[in-house]
Amino acid sequence: MAEIVVHGQTTQSSASARAARIRSFALSDAFFHRLTQAAALAVLLILGGVIVSLIDGSLPAFQKFGFGFFVSQVWNPVTNKFGALAPIYGTVITSAIAMLIAVPVGLGVAVFLTEICPPPLRRPIGIAIELLAGIPSIIYGIWGLFVFAPFLQQHVQPGLIALFGNVPVLSSLFAGPPYGIGMLTAGLILAIMVLPFVTSISRDVFDTVPPMLKESAYGIGCTTWEVVRNVVIPFTRIGVVGGVMLGLGRALGETMAVTFVIGNAHRISPSLLAPGTTISASIANEFTEAVGDLYTSSLIALGLILFMITFVVLAIARIMLMRLEIQAGR
Amino acid sequence: MSSASVRFSARRRRNAIWMGLSAAAAAFGLAWLFLILGVLFWQGFSGLSFAVFTQMTPPPGSSGGLLNAIAGSLFLTVIGVAVGAPLGMLAGTYLAEYGRYSRLALVVRFINDILLSAPSIVIGLFVYEIVVVPMGHFSAIAGCIALAVLVVPVVVRTTEDMLNLVPNTLREAGASLGMPRSLVIRRIGYRAARAGLLTGVLLAVARISGETAPLLFTALNNQFWSTDPTQPISSLPVVIFQFALSPYKEWQQLAWTGALIITLAVLALSILARSLAARGANQ
Repeated sequence: MAEIVVHGQTTQSSASARAARIRSFALSDAFFHRLTQAAALAVLLILGGVIVSLIDGSLPAFQKFGFGFFVSQVWNPVTNKFGALAPIYGTVITSAIAMLIAVPVGLGVAVFLTEICPPPLRRPIGIAIELLAGIPSIIYGIWGLFVFAPFLQQHVQPGLIALFGNVPVLSSLFAGPPYGIGMLTAGLILAIMVLPFVTSISRDVFDTVPPMLKESAYGIGCTTWEVVRNVVIPFTRIGVVGGVMLGLGRALGETMAVTFVIGNAHRISPSLLAPGTTISASIANEFTEAVGDLYTSSLIALGLILFMITFVVLAIARIMLMRLEIQAGR
Repeated sequence: MSSASVRFSARRRRNAIWMGLSAAAAAFGLAWLFLILGVLFWQGFSGLSFAVFTQMTPPPGSSGGLLNAIAGSLFLTVIGVAVGAPLGMLAGTYLAEYGRYSRLALVVRFINDILLSAPSIVIGLFVYEIVVVPMGHFSAIAGCIALAVLVVPVVVRTTEDMLNLVPNTLREAGASLGMPRSLVIRRIGYRAARAGLLTGVLLAVARISGETAPLLFTALNNQFWSTDPTQPISSLPVVIFQFALSPYKEWQQLAWTGALIITLAVLALSILARSLAARGANQ
């Protein structure tokens, strides 16, 4: 820090040198303040730019199809007719399957890590889960395509079809030939992918419970399950919901893990075994091949819908997690 | 047996069932994740050879390597981080120092957290609209910008968190010597949080090095060696995507090998970032 020490001078000019130095300090400080503020504003600008550019790009599609874009499941590049219903349906269904599996399992792992795991194993398992959360989604996709889908096709799906073939409602859910790829496979891959997120956030949230509360409960003779059920979960409810929503945001927007195994078919089939598509998979598969402004614009409109859905989900997640932080007094 | 002891054994039974389920969930969840890594290592290592790093991506049906894809990925990642990280650090500095309690910081923090988990394919569409359409063609520049946009929220977050960990007494000591605030931040804040700031950058590199979706329609792909930033450039994730979905055995094998290279790189970066952060916390 030697650079900033004002050299002691005894000459007459020292007062004016000092004033000059202070002026330059003030100037550089103001400059740095504005610079960082501009960078912070740039973050807002990115969000604004994303929204404006997506709206601008999707205008032709919305002008042509109007509200019908949301309710039509026609997707025909030849006749230039496009509707978003099938991708929206696929996005919602695959994410629902993923959350149905990942949330209970993730919460279970989090309870295991915070309550019953032997302390020496706690850190390694926690770190392993966080490392797995960082693995790129394309890895899950390639595994799904080459390993998981063939496995489901040969060993699981025929069993499901045979098992539910005569059950009234379930028979249509598990109808059709076992393709391997399809909505169910995509949902399961998403579940595996979202699992580390749900687990690591739930674990962090569970760790915010003051130890004194848990110890009091143990002190009056509660079992571990009763402590989790009556102390940990009520205390962290908001945070757990926030964490689940954060995982849902990931699942909704996930592209590569799904694109490999969804089959990219723009139709709504009641069967979970049938190929389908999601918003992100449609964009990834078709965008570079889209010819004609309307086709491109329809895909950008899909992107806008996806961004809006995930924005709302993520905003709710953040608000819930913020409320937990305030509650925990941090 | 008294009713109290019946109730007690019922409670113990219920506890055993739920804790058993929770342990089973842990075993089940971890088993899948390790299964994926196991298959990846098995398939990836069987195709790993010297040629992967010295030859270009081959035409269908012949053997080759991933040299241009690896070089392209490095190029995109380096430029993306070089553009995105300084911007993110400055914004994070504002959130932690000048504007810690301001309304602007509150809004930026919230928006940044949303951008942090926003679908990356939407960022690709955004960059397509603002860069590719005006330029008229796909280019490496567009890919770099897309990755830079993804880097910013990660670095903003970690920079703010790490600067918040710097004790206020350090700042006050600097201020009492007459240092202006900008110098307190640069000479004291940044120095004290150096390890943490580096961690943030490494995490950002790990995040973007496997990103595929935003590159699909910005940097596109290139069969050949390219260093021209205005032309499409090849990258590992996009090559994996293309090769894995192809019917050719050689391409599929290269896709597995590429996937292994990316995974190892990401794991190494995350572990490095983690140990740096741990060392920073001990200081």
